Amino acid sequence: MAQHTLSVLVENKPGVLARISALFSRRGFNIESLAVGPTEHAEISRMTIVVNVDESPLEQVTKQLNKLVEVIKIVELDAASSVTRELVMVKVGATADNRGEVLDITQLFKAKVIDVASDAITMQVVGNSDKIADLLRVLEPFGIRELVQSGMVAISRGSRSISERGKPVAVPVPPAANA
Amino acid sequence: MTEQQGSGETITGAQSLIRSLEAAGVTDIFGIPGGAILPAYDPLMDSSIRHILVRHEQGAGHAAQGYASASGRVGVCMATSGPGATNLVTPIADAHMDSVPMVAITGQVGAAMIGTDAFQEADIRGITMPITKHNFLVTDPAEIPMKIAEAFHIASTGRPGPVLVDVTKSALQATTSYQWPTELNLPGYRPVTRPHAKQIREAARLMLESRKPVLYVGGGTIRSGASKELLALAELTGIPVVTTLMARGAFPDSHPQHLGMPGMHGTVAAVGALQKSDLIISLGARFDDRVTGNLDSFAPHAKIIHADIDPAEIGKNRFTDVPIVGDVREVLIDLVTTLRTEQDAGNTGDYEGWVAFCAGMKQQYPVGYDTPETGLSPQYVIERLGVLSGPDTIYTAGVGQHQMWAAHYVKYERPNTWINSGGLGTMGFAVPGAMGAKVAMPDQTVWAIDGDGCFQMTNQELATCAINDIPIKVAIINNESLGMVRQWQTLFYNSRYSNTDLHSKRIPDFVKLADAYGCVGLSCDSPADVDATIQKAMEINDVPVVVDFRVHRDAMVWPMVAAGTSNDEIQYARDLAPQFDEDDV
Repeated sequence: MAQHTLSVLVENKPGVLARISALFSRRGFNIESLAVGPTEHAEISRMTIVVNVDESPLEQVTKQLNKLVEVIKIVELDAASSVTRELVMVKVGATADNRGEVLDITQLFKAKVIDVASDAITMQVVGNSDKIADLLRVLEPFGIRELVQSGMVAISRGSRSISERGKPVAVPVPPAANA
Repeated sequence: MTEQQGSGETITGAQSLIRSLEAAGVTDIFGIPGGAILPAYDPLMDSSIRHILVRHEQGAGHAAQGYASASGRVGVCMATSGPGATNLVTPIADAHMDSVPMVAITGQVGAAMIGTDAFQEADIRGITMPITKHNFLVTDPAEIPMKIAEAFHIASTGRPGPVLVDVTKSALQATTSYQWPTELNLPGYRPVTRPHAKQIREAARLMLESRKPVLYVGGGTIRSGASKELLALAELTGIPVVTTLMARGAFPDSHPQHLGMPGMHGTVAAVGALQKSDLIISLGARFDDRVTGNLDSFAPHAKIIHADIDPAEIGKNRFTDVPIVGDVREVLIDLVTTLRTEQDAGNTGDYEGWVAFCAGMKQQYPVGYDTPETGLSPQYVIERLGVLSGPDTIYTAGVGQHQMWAAHYVKYERPNTWINSGGLGTMGFAVPGAMGAKVAMPDQTVWAIDGDGCFQMTNQELATCAINDIPIKVAIINNESLGMVRQWQTLFYNSRYSNTDLHSKRIPDFVKLADAYGCVGLSCDSPADVDATIQKAMEINDVPVVVDFRVHRDAMVWPMVAAGTSNDEIQYARDLAPQFDEDDV
């Protein structure tokens, strides 16, 4: 099994997230990570879905997703030609004695302190999964009190955009009207 | 409705809904009114649409399926919110499995009450998401025409399927402007119908190289109206044909190349041909587990050409060597053109030995049954019904033994004359399915071949048929049990018949029941009376007829491949495996 990152453009309509998550669950696929947000087109949302599946089930997931009427386009982003990022906010124990150490780590990882209390520091860090895992490993000894993490978002490298728009469909004449 | 097309006049949402349905070409709706959908029923009264008031929403849904399957037009059913809508769930799921073009209109509680557990509120859009091709919740009356237009477009194009439009009572009651759309905005919906030329060439090459090919014909061939093109390809190449349960009638049963139905209860010739083939040309079929048996041992030496309009079907169950995404009819036209060119250039397939082998299997192992010493054989009843009513009749069935016998012993010559619940296996489909078929095709005789178990699930629609002049004919194959389950108990549970005895020769009295519903009730329990009883039923065309064929209960469906086992383990009859002479291949 390998990790795959799918960028899914969907119509920004109520219920579309439910359709997609329900599809994964009923076809027996697990979502590792899911992030949804607006795009440069108001009527289109973009989902970044990370799944852990073999090549052949992945093809089936993609085809099933494509059958959803509100799914406009699916692109698999491979690691080499795309950039992936996650955001994590973490509240870590830091007293007057070891606050300096925690702040050093913050600097090393280009994290940013967003809140300070007498016995804790809350920081945010943006990066790929590896970087975030590394940071958390280093912070562990100080005591991670609370952690919140976004799903992964991904974008392709280069100048091309995946969101090009399609043409509308003409209304067909119903068979009865012909008769 | 043409003059109103672009007028944008002010009307209610309910009027807009009915006008939209008219604009979509709807002439018949099966449904039941209720609180939330009530506003729509008022303008419906003045519309050009015939509304048939059914006795249960499930009947409305199956009728819409029967209507669509018989005519190829979109079937329409309508129900109110909550229980009305949830009663449609079974037919919607059924239509989804069997790719039936259907639009279900449901009322919903007022927009402001959604999510409050209001009276008769059910999240039918959420409930039907996994069993519809698409569905809509309409809260804004201005959206009604667009959503109806989209629903009919989605239901009837590409791989057909059910679409549900849930409209809130508040949207039906509000005033709005009506405008039938001239274009749809469905950026994510673009079904591919034209096959890729390269794939067609590759398929033709494999067909010419093959020595043991089979045309594996599925329900998609019926839905795409490709029977004529299929016949052309079969006769051009001489390749043997099998038709799945959903495709019975796509290819004439009388044709010498036809080996019958494959699958769990398929003919020895059809199952054997697929197992021993070196190339399967799948046309609108989906390698369903009831066809393949144990997938790992299914047709182990065959390469696969898989043509389907739904890309997700290709490679879903079985690896495909040549995938072809496209409408089966267009695929067939292109294949015929390509192969004809090859033939003109002197390239033809060499299938002589294979064709003879298949013909030998067909001759040696025809479908057949033992006639009991006493009592009436169910297979005989169905066989005679098929002969006497003929191939222009539309036959519907429920699910179980009678369905398999109807698939085998009626000889189908034309598409859309065999209508049943294949994928979902919904008991009770036959009577409402027949009702819908008869409404769509009033000039054709419609026989529902039903079991006594199935019949008791939906027989209330006999009232609908009697009152609305829908003279269907029902043959109850009454073995007073849940026959197929009983057969499995006989074979796999040491004949311990747990809860399969229905006592339906005692209760109910089907003849009286028919009479109570304003139908003619007949009964028959002797082989000598079968023909006369069928003839009598055939002569009654003003009211529905119900015939209680009281058959013996121990008949079993053969051949059979036990669930989960290999198709190589097919039994021709109990403990009787066919012998293939491999040297003949």
